[in-house]
Amino acid sequence: MLEAHDLAARRGTARLFAGLGFRVDAGSVLVVTGANGRGKTTLLRMLAGLSMPESGEIRLDGAAVEPFSPALRNAVAFAGHALALKDEFSARENLASLVELSGAPAADAEIDAALERVALGSRRSLPARVLSQGQRRRIGLARLALSRRRVWILDEPVTALDAAGAALLAHLVAHHLDGGGLAVAATHAPLGLPPDRVRALSLD
Amino acid sequence: MTTPAPRSDDDGETGGALAGLAWALRRDLKLAFRTRSELAVQLLFYAIVVTLFPLATTPERTLLSTMGPGVLWVAALLASLLSLPRIFALDQADGTLEQMALSPWPLPAIVSGKILAHWLTTGLPVVVLAPLAALQYGLDGIAIGVLVAGLALGTPILSLLGAIGAALTLGVRGAGGLVALLVLPLYVPVLIFGAGAVDAVRAGIAVDANLSLLGAGLIVAALGSPFAAAAAVRIALD
Repeated sequence: MLEAHDLAARRGTARLFAGLGFRVDAGSVLVVTGANGRGKTTLLRMLAGLSMPESGEIRLDGAAVEPFSPALRNAVAFAGHALALKDEFSARENLASLVELSGAPAADAEIDAALERVALGSRRSLPARVLSQGQRRRIGLARLALSRRRVWILDEPVTALDAAGAALLAHLVAHHLDGGGLAVAATHAPLGLPPDRVRALSLD
Repeated sequence: MTTPAPRSDDDGETGGALAGLAWALRRDLKLAFRTRSELAVQLLFYAIVVTLFPLATTPERTLLSTMGPGVLWVAALLASLLSLPRIFALDQADGTLEQMALSPWPLPAIVSGKILAHWLTTGLPVVVLAPLAALQYGLDGIAIGVLVAGLALGTPILSLLGAIGAALTLGVRGAGGLVALLVLPLYVPVLIFGAGAVDAVRAGIAVDANLSLLGAGLIVAALGSPFAAAAAVRIALD
């Protein structure tokens, strides 16, 4: 369970939002919408523990968490705008490296299976430099699939994905929620999840 | 529930620190190997700078051997400086730095691994190349030995201190110039003791004091700078 209480954010002199409160239970996803510049990314970075709220509190399972606290770092998988891929590494090396960094290394067979699942099986040895934007996104999906984190924070996850990729994302998130996880996603495009699973938060 | 039970703090931290250090070291070395032409450029820069001085000043042996240690050390400083932005800036640009900061492993451990990789790829080659460069300055065997010992102790300090500067200037426009202004003054003691050691041995004075101070500096820098750099990285991500 992830909660926000009276959260406020400011970027420079501009106040993005204030008094924001919500609760996301295990098994549900919070979809954050809002016009450009309303603070969707800022909110997500706060929830991931990358950014300090101007005021307010974020609670994980009822306990207040600070940015970069171990409780958050062991619970959150963050997929931001930047995909954390190295152009010099192959798809496979990138995925293995990121999965290991998350503290739960996967066996080679698992890595290959995850790449197969996001339709990159035949591209796994290509350097990330030559992959398309959508294919690079798919490596991110494979990372989520392998992550054993219960809180997924997704910033514009549908960007650059084709219809099949978006369906794959919906499937992954649904599976994650079924397993007792929760997610927060900022998106303009619908995620394609059953409505009873989705809670909406508008920053407008 | 697919979530593993959270690890207790004491078994997680030490093991996690080593795992984080090893991960960052392996990854950065592999990346450096893939982009080895960039490293070759830095090493060539060092080789050319130390070759320019004898050409530009005088072929006279006594003068050259007097200024040799200083020139070799200044060139090592500049070569280290040239490669500092590589430590964090590329990882920040592609988002890897965020993932590092969110890893369950302690960030100072990951930063330590990156600094160690930086030294192995930019400092160590300078140490290895130094005896060759020193020949141009007519330094004798013992002086070259002391020079190499000093560089071996001093260049890791350059990487450690430089990492703090590189982390502090993350996201700043013109970071390359700023990092030089920030870091070069901090390099001064290393320069003084390193070049001083070679001068001492040439004058027939004991070099223990200089090398001991460099060693002490290395220990202090190794213990402190990963934490300082990690704190600066977190601030840069906010």
